Amino acid sequence: MRTFLRPALAAIIIFSVLTGIIYPALVTVIAQVAFPSQANGSLIEQAGVQRGSALVGQQFDQAGYFWGRLSATGPVPYNAAASSGSNYGPLNPSLAEAVQARIDALKAADPSNQLPIPVDLVTASASGLDPEISPAAASYQVQRVATARGLTPSQIQQLVEQHTSQPTLGILGEPRVNVLQLNMALDQIKALD
Amino acid sequence: MISNIIIQIGSFLLVLLACVIPLGRYMAKVYGETPPMQRVFGPIERLIYRLLGIDAKTEMNWKHYAVALLGFNGLGLLLLYGLQRIQVWLPLNPQQLPAISADSAFNTAASFVSNTNWQGYAGETTMSYLTQMLGLTVQNFVSAATGMAVLIGLIRGITRRSSSTIGNFWVDLTRSTLYILLPLALTLSLVLVSQGVVQTFNASQTVELLQPIGNADGQTISQQTIALGPAASQIAIKQLGTNGGGFFNVNSAHPLENPTPLSNLFELLSIVLIPAALCYTFGIMVGDKRQGWAILATMTIILLGFTALAVGAEQAGNPLYQKLGVDDHASALQAGGNMEGKETRFGIVNSALWATVTTAASNGSVNSMHDSYTPLGGLAPMVLMQLGEVVFGGVGSGLYGMLIFAIITVFVAGLMVGRTPEYLGKKIEAFEMKMAALIILIPCVTTLLITAIAVSSDAGKATVFNSGAHGFSEVLYAATSAANNNGSAFAGLGANTPFYNTWLGIAMLVSRFWLIVPTLAIAGGLANKKLIPQSAGTLPTHTPLFVGLLIGVVLIVGALTFIPALALGPIVEHLLMSL
Amino acid sequence: MNHTLPKNRSLFDRAIVGPALKAAVLKFDPRLQVRNPVMFVVFVGAIFTTGLWLQALIAGGETSPNFSLAIAGWLWLTLLFANFAEAMAEGRGKAQADTLRQSRRDVQAIKLSSAQRTSKQTTVAASALRKGDYILVSAGETIAGDGDVIEGVAAVDESAITGESAPVIRESGGDRSAVTGGTRVLSDWLVVQISANPGETFLDRMIAMVEGAKRQKTPNEIALNILLTALTIIFLMATATLLPFSIYSVAAVKALDPSSQALPITVTALVALLVCLIPTTIGGLLSAIGIAGMDRMIQANVIAMSGRAVEAAGDVDVLLLDKTGTITLGNRQATNFLPAAGVDIRELADAAQLASLADETPEGRSIVLLANEHYQIGERQAAKLDAEFVAFTAQTRMSGINIAGRQIRKGAVDAIERYLREQQSVLPSDVRANVETIARAGGTPLVVADGKRALGVIQLKDIVKGGMKERFGELRRMGIKTVMITGDNPLTAAAIAAEAGVDDFLAEATPEAKLSLIREYQAGGRLVAMTGDGTNDAPALAQADVAMAMNTGTNAAKEAGNMVDLDSNPTKLIEVVEIGKQLLMTRGALTTFSIANDIAKYFAIIPAAFASTYPVLNKLNIMGLASPESAIISAVIFNALIIVFLIPLALRGVRYRAVAAAQALRSNLLIYGLGGLIVPFIGIKLIDLLLVGLGLV
Repeated sequence: MRTFLRPALAAIIIFSVLTGIIYPALVTVIAQVAFPSQANGSLIEQAGVQRGSALVGQQFDQAGYFWGRLSATGPVPYNAAASSGSNYGPLNPSLAEAVQARIDALKAADPSNQLPIPVDLVTASASGLDPEISPAAASYQVQRVATARGLTPSQIQQLVEQHTSQPTLGILGEPRVNVLQLNMALDQIKALD
Repeated sequence: MISNIIIQIGSFLLVLLACVIPLGRYMAKVYGETPPMQRVFGPIERLIYRLLGIDAKTEMNWKHYAVALLGFNGLGLLLLYGLQRIQVWLPLNPQQLPAISADSAFNTAASFVSNTNWQGYAGETTMSYLTQMLGLTVQNFVSAATGMAVLIGLIRGITRRSSSTIGNFWVDLTRSTLYILLPLALTLSLVLVSQGVVQTFNASQTVELLQPIGNADGQTISQQTIALGPAASQIAIKQLGTNGGGFFNVNSAHPLENPTPLSNLFELLSIVLIPAALCYTFGIMVGDKRQGWAILATMTIILLGFTALAVGAEQAGNPLYQKLGVDDHASALQAGGNMEGKETRFGIVNSALWATVTTAASNGSVNSMHDSYTPLGGLAPMVLMQLGEVVFGGVGSGLYGMLIFAIITVFVAGLMVGRTPEYLGKKIEAFEMKMAALIILIPCVTTLLITAIAVSSDAGKATVFNSGAHGFSEVLYAATSAANNNGSAFAGLGANTPFYNTWLGIAMLVSRFWLIVPTLAIAGGLANKKLIPQSAGTLPTHTPLFVGLLIGVVLIVGALTFIPALALGPIVEHLLMSL
Repeated sequence: MNHTLPKNRSLFDRAIVGPALKAAVLKFDPRLQVRNPVMFVVFVGAIFTTGLWLQALIAGGETSPNFSLAIAGWLWLTLLFANFAEAMAEGRGKAQADTLRQSRRDVQAIKLSSAQRTSKQTTVAASALRKGDYILVSAGETIAGDGDVIEGVAAVDESAITGESAPVIRESGGDRSAVTGGTRVLSDWLVVQISANPGETFLDRMIAMVEGAKRQKTPNEIALNILLTALTIIFLMATATLLPFSIYSVAAVKALDPSSQALPITVTALVALLVCLIPTTIGGLLSAIGIAGMDRMIQANVIAMSGRAVEAAGDVDVLLLDKTGTITLGNRQATNFLPAAGVDIRELADAAQLASLADETPEGRSIVLLANEHYQIGERQAAKLDAEFVAFTAQTRMSGINIAGRQIRKGAVDAIERYLREQQSVLPSDVRANVETIARAGGTPLVVADGKRALGVIQLKDIVKGGMKERFGELRRMGIKTVMITGDNPLTAAAIAAEAGVDDFLAEATPEAKLSLIREYQAGGRLVAMTGDGTNDAPALAQADVAMAMNTGTNAAKEAGNMVDLDSNPTKLIEVVEIGKQLLMTRGALTTFSIANDIAKYFAIIPAAFASTYPVLNKLNIMGLASPESAIISAVIFNALIIVFLIPLALRGVRYRAVAAAQALRSNLLIYGLGGLIVPFIGIKLIDLLLVGLGLV
C-alpha cells in the first residue's frame, strides 16, 4: 500500500503547485505585462470615471439610446456579477410573454415604426451581458434614436456603421454593433437631456 | 445563409485537421522511449520522479496501474472537497465567499475529478480564487491527464504482445501534464487574454452606468459590478482538457470568458484538439495511421451529422416569433433563427456548432443556453452525450470509449466474415466482451436510473424549471450529462440542491471510474495476447465500410436505448411545437 | 444388417419435426430456460402477462383481457418457437445418434487370457471389457470395443460409423491397426487389445457429440452471449424506467391541460416493448446455430470432438496438407520419354514398356499406357512372351526383363549407373543432364538401360488433383495460407508446390519437423489446421489447433486430433474450415438482423404506448397501423414468427462464398443489416392488415 500512497500523495501536491499556483501565476504575470487592458476587463475610462467594459453590455431603455438584447440576470438586467440566461424552453409560455412584452415596449417607444422587429432584439442573450446587437437590430432603432435626440436618421445610421464590426477575417462570427460604445458615441455628439 | 454555415463549420474543421498531424505526432513521441524537447522538460520530469520516489523504468500490470490511478484520484477528490469546505478561512478570497455546503462540495469535487465539470454552482458567486486555482484548475489538468494515461495504457495493451505490463501510471500522468497540457494551456491562455479574457487577482470592478436604471423596488441603480478574476488560465485548460467548468456562471457565453469570434474559434478548437490529435497518435502507436484516420473519420462524420441537425433546427427557429411578427430570417444584417439564449457575436451557426462539439467531446462548456434551444436543436447535444461520449469525447476517455465500440463492432462484424473477432491483431474473447459490455452498460443504466429517480421523487421534480415535455428533457439532459461525464446543462434545472448534488455526483463518479477499471482490464488482457498477423481473411478496420459500420453500432447502441425517453422529451416537444 | 448414416436429410423431415415439437414443450422447464438470459426474460414476461390477463379477467385490469391474453399467448409462442428451433437442431443429431446406437447393442466378446490367439477363452459381455483386455473376433462377429489389432488381418465393415459400404483391411502393426467398436469383421480373424473402457469408446463419444449431450457453450458463443445479455439489461432498464417517465409525463400533461385523458403506459405494453427490443431472434436461435454447425460437420462425415474445434476451424490461418493423397493423386505417373543422344524415342518407349510389363505398380502401369497411347506400342501380354522378368528388390532397386538376349533394366539413376558400371559402361552425360532437369522440375526420373546402352529417361510425375489450384486460390483470398508437407527433397517439393499453387512447403518432413513448424506458426499468432493418420502424427495433431484424424488412422492419431474424418479424405480439411466459417457468419448475421429489427419495432410501439398521453406522437406511426393495440400485438407477433422463419437459415447456415473478409462483410451487411431494417416494417404492417382484415382487433 505504501508503494502506491507515497507517490499518490506526492503527485497531488506536486501537480497542485505546478498547475494550481505556478501556472496561473505565470499566466497572470505575462498577461498583466503584455495585455494589461484586456487582462483587467477591457474597461472604458472617460474623464477619470470607469464607464464600463467594452465587452460587457449595459441596460438601456430610454428612447434616445440604442437598446441591447434582453437580459435575464437578476435582480437587475445586465448584472455583471451574476451572469445568467433566461433558460426558457421554446414552448414555455413565459418565453412568449417576455417576447411580447419587449415587442410592446419597442412599439410604445416608437409607435410609427412598422418594420418587422429583428429577432435578437426580442430574445434574451445567453449571458445576460451580451454587449452587442445585430446591424438589423440597430437599423430598426435608428429612427427612434434620431427622433429622441433631434438628429437626422442618416447621422445616426452613419454612427451605427462606424460601430459595426464585420465578421473576423471576413468569415468568423457574425456582423454586430457594440451598444455601449455606440451609445457613448451618441452622447459625444449630443448629450441626452 | 447556407454558404455562411459551410464557411463557419468548414474553417473550423480545416484548422482542426491542420493541427491534428503535428500535435498527434508530438504526443506519440511524448509517450515513446525518448520524449521531445528534453532540454526544457527533461530536468523537470526527472525532478518530479525523484519527488514521487518512483523509478520511471518500472512498469505496472493493469491492476497496479488501476490502483495507482484510483489512489491518486481518490486523494484529489478529498483535497478538492476539503478546499471548498474551508475556503472562507483561506487566502485569495477577496469577496469573502463562504464555505460551500457539503452536498455541493461533494458534487463539485466528483464533477471535477471525473473530468465532468458539471457546474452545480455559479462560478463567480461561490468559488474563491484559491478554490478555482488550487482546486478546480488542478483537477482540470490531472483529470484530463488521467484520461490520457488510461488511453495510452489501452493502446499499449493493443500493441504489445505477450506482455504483462501496460506502462507506468506516474510516468504517463506526468508526461501528459508536463509535455502536453501545460504548454498548450499556457499558449492558449495568452491568446485568450489578447482577445479580452480577464486574468487578474483583483476583485470585481465597479463602473458607472451610462444610463442609470430602476430596479423592481423603484430604486435607481447607477453602477454595474463586473466580476473579474484569473479566468484565462482556467478557461484554457477547461477547454483543452474537455473539462468545461467555466469561470463564470454562463461559461463561454460570458463576454469576459469568450469575448470575440476569434476567441470562440480558439476555444472551440481546443475542445476537440487533443481528442482528435490522439486519434493520429493512436495510428502512429499501432503502426498503421489508417486506423487512426478511420476512428477520426467516424467521429467527424457523426459530429457533422448532429451539427447539421442542430444548426438546421436552430436556424429554422421557433414558430412563435413569426406568429408575433418578429423577423427571424437570416440575412447579411442578422443571424436570424432562434436567438433566445444565444449571443449576437456567435449567432446561430457558431452557437449550434459549439453545442454539438461540446457534447460530442465531453467538454460541456457552453456559449449559448441549450435549455432555450428548439426541441431538435436540444436533442442533438443530448443524443451526442447519450452515445457514451465517444465522438471525440473526453481527452483520452473519448478515444478509449470509441475503441471499446470498435471492439464491439469487430465482434459482430468479425462474426459476419466467418472468424472469431479480432481487433488490430488481438483476439476479442469472452473476457474482453465482458468488460466491454460493462463499459457500454454503465452510462446507459446510470442515465436512465437517475432520470427515473428524479422524475419520481418530489425533491427531483421540485426544481424542474420548464413545464411539460421540456421539463422532462431538463431532467434527462442533466442525468445524461452527469452519467456520461460531459457536464453540459439545460441550465433551467435547479441542480444545486442536496438531491441533485448527491445523485449526479454519484453518477459522475460511477461512470468515470467504473469505466476506467474495465478499460484497463481490457488493456491488461490484450497485452497478454499474441499478435495475429493480418491476412485477407482479417476484417480490415480502416475502410469506409468499417467506418460506416462503427457509426452504425455507436448510433444503435447509444441511441436505441434512449429512443423511448427521447420520445417523451424533445421528440414530442418538437411535434407539439410544429402543431 | 447394414445401416448407413443418412446424409442430406431434408430440413423439415417428419421424423424430426414430430419429436422436436414434443421436446420443445418439455424445454419450458425453468431450469433450462434460465440458461439463456435473453429467452429467460421472455419467459418471465410471459408469466407476468399471463398473470395480468388473469387479473383483468377476474378483477379488471389495466387493459382488456383480450389484449393481455393476446400478448401473453404470443410471448409463450415466442418461447415455444425458440425451443422448437433448438429441438429441431438437436433432433437431427438425435436421429443420427439413434442409428449409431443400434450398432452398440451389447455384444458378446470372446476374451483371451493373453495376447495369444491360442490362450484361454472366456465369453463376456462387451460392457465387461476394460482397457488392456484381449479379445478374439472372428468373421461375422461385431467388434466389442475400440482397440488395436495385435495379430491377424481381416476385412472389416465400418459402414455403421463411416457410412462407407466398402470393407477396409485391418491388420496388426503400422497405421491400419485401429478398430472401432460396433464394426463388423467380414473375413478371417483378429486379436484385438481393447484401448477404451465402456462408455469412453469412439462410438460413445460420437453419440454424445451428435446428441449434444455433452455440448458446452463454445468460447465465442459465451462472448456473444455476454453481448446479448448486456443488450438485454440495457433494454430492460430502458423499458423499466419508462414507467416513471410515463407517469411524470402524464402529470406534466395534466398540469397544463386538466381535461387530458392521459394514462400512464400499461405494464402489458412495457413487457411487449421489452420482448420486442431484446435480441430474441438471435437469442432464440443461438444454440440451434451451434448444434447445426456440428450437424453440418456430421453431414460432411466429420465428427468434431468439441464445438470449440468447429469454431476454431473458422479461424484457421494455416493449413498443413500432406502432399500425397491430398494435393496429388496417390501415385506418380509417367508423362514423358527423353531418349539419350542417338536413340530413337520409339526404341526407348518400346524398351520402357517391355521393362514394365510385369510391373503391376501404378507407376509401371502408367509407363505401359504412355508408350501405348503416344507411340502406339501395343501392350504385349507378359505371360505370352518368352521372357524372364526381373523383379524389383531392395538390393538392386531396379526391375526389368530379359528377352531375346536383351537385358532391359529400369530404375533410379544411381541404381542404373551401378548396373552400367557392372557392364563396363557409363551413363552418358546428356542422360545425366535430363535426369537432373526432371528432378528439378519436381519429377522422378527413371533411367532405362539395354545392356551396356543407356537408352534414356522416363519422366514420372506427381499428378496434382484437378481443381486444387483453384481451391488454394480461394483459400488465399480468404486469407488462409496453405503449406504442403512432403517427404520429397526440397527441389522436387518446390516444383510440385509451384504447380499445385500452395503458398509454402515443408520438404523432407519428419514428424519432428512438422511439430516444430506448427509451433513456429502458432508463436506467430496463427491458428494451424492439419490432418494425420499415423501414430507418429500424434504429437503434431495434438499441437495443431484444428487436427483432423483419418478414421483409417491409428487410435493414437484419433485420440490426439479434435475431429475425425470418417471418409479419411484429407482434402476435407478445406470443407471443415468452410463449415466453421459458416457457423460464425450465421451467428453474426442473425445478431445484426436481430438488432436492426428494433428500429421498426420502435416505430410501431412508441406511438401506440403513449397514444393517450401525447396523441401527437401518432405522427411517428409511419406504418399507419390501425390502432395502438393492433400495433403492439403486430410487433409481438412479428417478433415471434421471425424466429420460425429463420429456423431454416439457422440450421442450414448463411450462404457461404470464398471471398475476402471485406467483401463477405459488405454482402452480409447488405442482406442482414439492411434487410433487418426493412423486413420488420413490411412484416408488422402485413400482420396488422391481416389482424384488421380478420376483424381480430
